[in-house]
Amino acid sequence: MTTPETHTAETTGHGDISVGVAGSGDSSASATRITPGNALRPEDIALEVRTGLVKPSEDVAEYALRLGDDALILAQRLGRWISRAPELEEDVALGNIALDQLGHARSFLTYAGGAWEKSEDDLAYFRREHEFRSAHLFEQPNGDFAVTIARQFVVSYYQFELYRRLTQSTDATLAAIAAKAVKEVDYHRDHSAQWILRLALGTKESRARMTHGLKLVWPYVGELFVDDELTTRLAGAGAAVEPSSLKADFDRLTGEVLAEAELEVPQTPVAPGGGRRGKHSEHLGYILAEMQVLAREHPGASW
Amino acid sequence: MASQNLQPVPEALSPEEQERAAQLEAEGQAYFDRVMADDSRIEPKDWMPAAYRKTLLRQISQHAHSEIIGMQPEANWISRAPSLKRKAILMAKVQDEAGHGLYLYSAAETLGQSRDKMTDDLIAGKARYSSIFNYPALTWADMGAIGWLVDGAAICNQVPLCRASYGPYGRAMVRICKEESFHQRQGFEILLELSNGTPAQKQMAQDAVNRWYAPALMMFGPPDDDSPNSKQSMAWNIKRFSNDELRSRFVGMMVEQVRVLGLTLPDSEVRFNDETRKWEHGPLDWEEFKEVLAGRGPCNAQRLERRREAHDDGAWVREAAAAYAAKQARKHAEKEYAA
Repeated sequence: MTTPETHTAETTGHGDISVGVAGSGDSSASATRITPGNALRPEDIALEVRTGLVKPSEDVAEYALRLGDDALILAQRLGRWISRAPELEEDVALGNIALDQLGHARSFLTYAGGAWEKSEDDLAYFRREHEFRSAHLFEQPNGDFAVTIARQFVVSYYQFELYRRLTQSTDATLAAIAAKAVKEVDYHRDHSAQWILRLALGTKESRARMTHGLKLVWPYVGELFVDDELTTRLAGAGAAVEPSSLKADFDRLTGEVLAEAELEVPQTPVAPGGGRRGKHSEHLGYILAEMQVLAREHPGASW
Repeated sequence: MASQNLQPVPEALSPEEQERAAQLEAEGQAYFDRVMADDSRIEPKDWMPAAYRKTLLRQISQHAHSEIIGMQPEANWISRAPSLKRKAILMAKVQDEAGHGLYLYSAAETLGQSRDKMTDDLIAGKARYSSIFNYPALTWADMGAIGWLVDGAAICNQVPLCRASYGPYGRAMVRICKEESFHQRQGFEILLELSNGTPAQKQMAQDAVNRWYAPALMMFGPPDDDSPNSKQSMAWNIKRFSNDELRSRFVGMMVEQVRVLGLTLPDSEVRFNDETRKWEHGPLDWEEFKEVLAGRGPCNAQRLERRREAHDDGAWVREAAAAYAAKQARKHAEKEYAA
């Protein structure tokens, strides 16, 4: 997958993004619809792993762990909005996005765990901070609604480019997880792009907050596109994607939305990141403390 | 609140007009009476007595508020759910409740009140919601007990409401009941898993059932001889069974299910009365019920404050969305005008 252009057509945005999914694109991509019965579930992957039908290589497992941790930490962040959103429709929408992310996390972690005889819950609840492989963007605090939308905007455009290419992975399980996830993430793109427009072009206050939100999250964009030995090896084998190869499409498509919103691409210094090597920000410890507390009070218990 | 926008009537009605109005009123009442007698449905544009409208508006908006406030005790455990599967189920459940609130606010809006007004009444402390949500969700097992007992009681109450005489309410209830029934089963399953787990887990489950049992029984409302509104609601085919009748049915169901759970109900006086053919339970603390209803429950202030905070914090977002929508509408109108 070193040359993704040969596998997939150039991505487009949502056409007239002010209209949204309902006006363009594939309506079956909406995460509010029930996923068809034959879609891949984490339980199916667990069964395949248990019966020896699939087993990821050490490299693929490490890679799946990264993607799973990104989605898990984001789901944990987004879940907090449920019952706190600016309007009920957003309780539902952000809840949906959190659920989608959690679903992707469960699939990736279940698959990754197959290499080490660990379950999704072993990996989610019984690893410590330095063992997590999520990028710093995902652990950034929710902030106000504009910060959450800014983070969501970057994440959804990044994940869309990533999953779109991963559907062509030579690793069948990664490809299958990505095929399900890309449809859901397409809806997330639509959700965040529409809010970028509303907030940027709504009122003076919302515009100031949106500008500030983008400024807060932008230092963590760079880390998403950094290649390392693992991604280079996996991309060489056609199993994964070089993060740097997503950058051009990401820049172009987010740039289109920001231009329509009459916003500048923030020119903020880039933070060094390090999440893929287990170096995290101060935030992750609190996230894990809360997420893991009950499971760790009852080690070995089943729920 | 469309009536507030009407122009004042310039002159008093003429005698002929007054007579015509009285005739329309009488025709409306006759149609309404026939609908009640036929056990058929009233729709938003039909004539209805002012008191019927008021009763429904109160009941449906209270129900909507209960769904929205009811999200809080469960949202409290989303971040700490002990497995990823449970986390996903809980998120989906709390999200369903937001959806139920939305259908119900929409049903209430067909009676002429805006969601904004209902929300304002809620956060001003003027509107009620189910008292049960003023109790704290202290442990993970509360997620099981709330699903099993609280959603279970809600289903007993709500299944007959699918046949409520007001069309939009009845139809909203059909969908809500389907989801509630799933919620109850997931609550039961949480408790079953805990009950068959470690001694600490089983104790957690029993403790939660002990705490939620009596408040759940009180969800059916005061005893029949102390329920002033029930009779009229039954005459209007909104309510189909009395509070005590529903409570008794619920106790009967729980007696069966608690055995499967391997837990006990904290009520030594539960028995089937062979003469009345009804289930009976021990005395309930109606003083506590009234206290919580009056705002003096464990979490009343906390729940309202959380709703107020979310609403206030979100004000700038709603304003931005409205301003953007207005700008877009203007743009489209200009485009059409030019074309």
